[in-house]
Amino acid sequence: MDLSDTPEEEEFRARLREWLAKTLPGLPPEPSPDDWPGRRAYDLGWQRRLHDAGYADVHWDASPTTRLIFLEETEQAGAPYVGAGFVGLLHAGPTIAAEGTDEQRARWLPPILRGEEVWCQGFSEPDAGSDLAALRTRARRDGDDYVVTGSKIWTSHAEVADWCELLVRTDPEAPRHRGITWLALPMDAPGITVRPLRTLAGSAEFAEVFLDEVRVPVANRVGDENDGWRVTMVTLSFERGTAFAGEVVACRRVLGELAVEARENGRWDDPVLRRRLGRLNAEFRALWRLTQWNVSAAQASGGVPGVGGSVFKLRYSHARQELYDAAAEVLGADCLDLDRPWTLDRLSSLSYTIAAGTSQIQHSIIAERILGLPKGR
Amino acid sequence: MRFRLTDDQRALRDGMRQLLARHFDGAALRAAAEGPARLDRELWRALGDAGFFALRLPEAEGGVGLGLPEAVLVFEEAGRVLLPGPLAATHLAAGAVPGAATGETVVTAVDGGLVEWPAQADVVRGDATGAVPMRSLDPLTPLHRVPGGTAAQPDPVAVLLTAAEQLGTAARVCELAVQHARAREQFGRPVGSFQAVAHLCAGMLVRSETARAAVYAAAVTADPVDIAAARLLADEAAVRGARDCLQVHGGMGFTWESEVHLHLKRAWVRTQRAGGITESEEALAAALATGAA
Repeated sequence: MDLSDTPEEEEFRARLREWLAKTLPGLPPEPSPDDWPGRRAYDLGWQRRLHDAGYADVHWDASPTTRLIFLEETEQAGAPYVGAGFVGLLHAGPTIAAEGTDEQRARWLPPILRGEEVWCQGFSEPDAGSDLAALRTRARRDGDDYVVTGSKIWTSHAEVADWCELLVRTDPEAPRHRGITWLALPMDAPGITVRPLRTLAGSAEFAEVFLDEVRVPVANRVGDENDGWRVTMVTLSFERGTAFAGEVVACRRVLGELAVEARENGRWDDPVLRRRLGRLNAEFRALWRLTQWNVSAAQASGGVPGVGGSVFKLRYSHARQELYDAAAEVLGADCLDLDRPWTLDRLSSLSYTIAAGTSQIQHSIIAERILGLPKGR
Repeated sequence: MRFRLTDDQRALRDGMRQLLARHFDGAALRAAAEGPARLDRELWRALGDAGFFALRLPEAEGGVGLGLPEAVLVFEEAGRVLLPGPLAATHLAAGAVPGAATGETVVTAVDGGLVEWPAQADVVRGDATGAVPMRSLDPLTPLHRVPGGTAAQPDPVAVLLTAAEQLGTAARVCELAVQHARAREQFGRPVGSFQAVAHLCAGMLVRSETARAAVYAAAVTADPVDIAAARLLADEAAVRGARDCLQVHGGMGFTWESEVHLHLKRAWVRTQRAGGITESEEALAAALATGAA
């Protein structure tokens, strides 16, 4: 058991730190959260800088430990998030890299890495959430095209995306996991309507995407027809490895800020609150160690994230909600003020136990796949 | 970063698990819970031969020359099987008290207002003047109350080794619950196929594996704040795990015959060791305030 950097890791960390210190002061001011084109330009500009400095493919080509160092250092330095680049860099890109043809890789990967094209995700549907395989968006073959009709939901960055990684049903007669196909949908195709979806936090983080007889070339299919479920699982496994590593670093910083705030407003003198924050410190320290543990396991197994991701996701999503509940106690009546950043973060944290597999689904995954309990419903 | 067991560490853990399976299996555990608490001196010497007590002593002093990570692994195994006796106190006395390293001398220590096994141990460290026996909740841990107690700061290593025992319990009760949930049938199917039961088991695993990362990391860094965190997570994983295990066992879990209660009672005993939970929480809060979060 070794928590220290190897010489290569140490070198990577030092070089990255130096580059961040040099680069971050020169970044343009951050756009407002509602300025979608501005956010697209800002996020792609950051990816372009990473690309030019040689960090473009850190999310899928680097070893798991290198990726963890990247996430840790960029978060600690206050660097921008992956933002609009998320789906391209963490979902669609890795899928195309693993399952695409040479031609497809050459067409789609370089623009993702250079920060030129934005991807969004069309997986969930109004009637297919945790039960993704229930999706009904239909694709009918017509010559060299698929003709797609249906609707998708929870699509981030749809308004500014160039491409959508889309799951469609190509064989309604087959068992439901076997009739699904993965398509790259150009977002400027005729027949696409994007409607912003306002969340309880008041902002339009997501969108609904309606597809009416949209033509997608067969050449845009990644993997075989009706093999999309397997292709998708390759993508989803990327999400459960280091996806939240940067956020754990950020949560630990917030915890430190809560302590400062509590000392200033006097609530630190309340031993119950103080111990609650102490316990959260233990929690987030442990979550960081668990990340290191899972990443080391992935490193040893050749980069494949294990089922340990479910354990982490479950624990982290609840810890994040507890963190912002504690923040509300620190703030007192100010926790009702939307101009306090923690107020919005508290609202956003409510999605964590739902998105990317609800906590209930994660419990079932652990029970069946790790503990070997019989499948139940 | 290679935060995983090395081959040697794996072999050490497996070797200790086999040794304990030979000397202290489930039947031995239940038998021990029947009579008055006694120390198995033969087992104690076998542990000594295996290096359990001399593990961290330098080779030049007749020890094994290993570190805290290895100690944590063997204490986790001891915790899994609820091995009785003042294990941490004797381990910490190796090199300081003659015979402790080999398991010839059993050493206990005053810990807060309590001392374990004072009548059976050969040496009691700390001031146990006026110690009075209490009727111990745990049939496998005789306890005496020490008037006044000691207010001294607990040894962080003792805190960590206890956390490792709690981790062993947390992992073991999860296994016991899963075994029972697969075997026990009601309404014509295994109770583990009911989500309400399955999710209790999943929660036990989440707590034990999070605690594992915290305990192992604290063994690597030996940082007192890391140790305080490991302690809180391991206490929670053991106590809540044992309670959920009892719940999964239903009525059987409430019997003396089932071993589940022994895990819960020992987990409760360990939470009283080496400073209170409150102190650990305060230490973690203080670390936030000084920016050492």
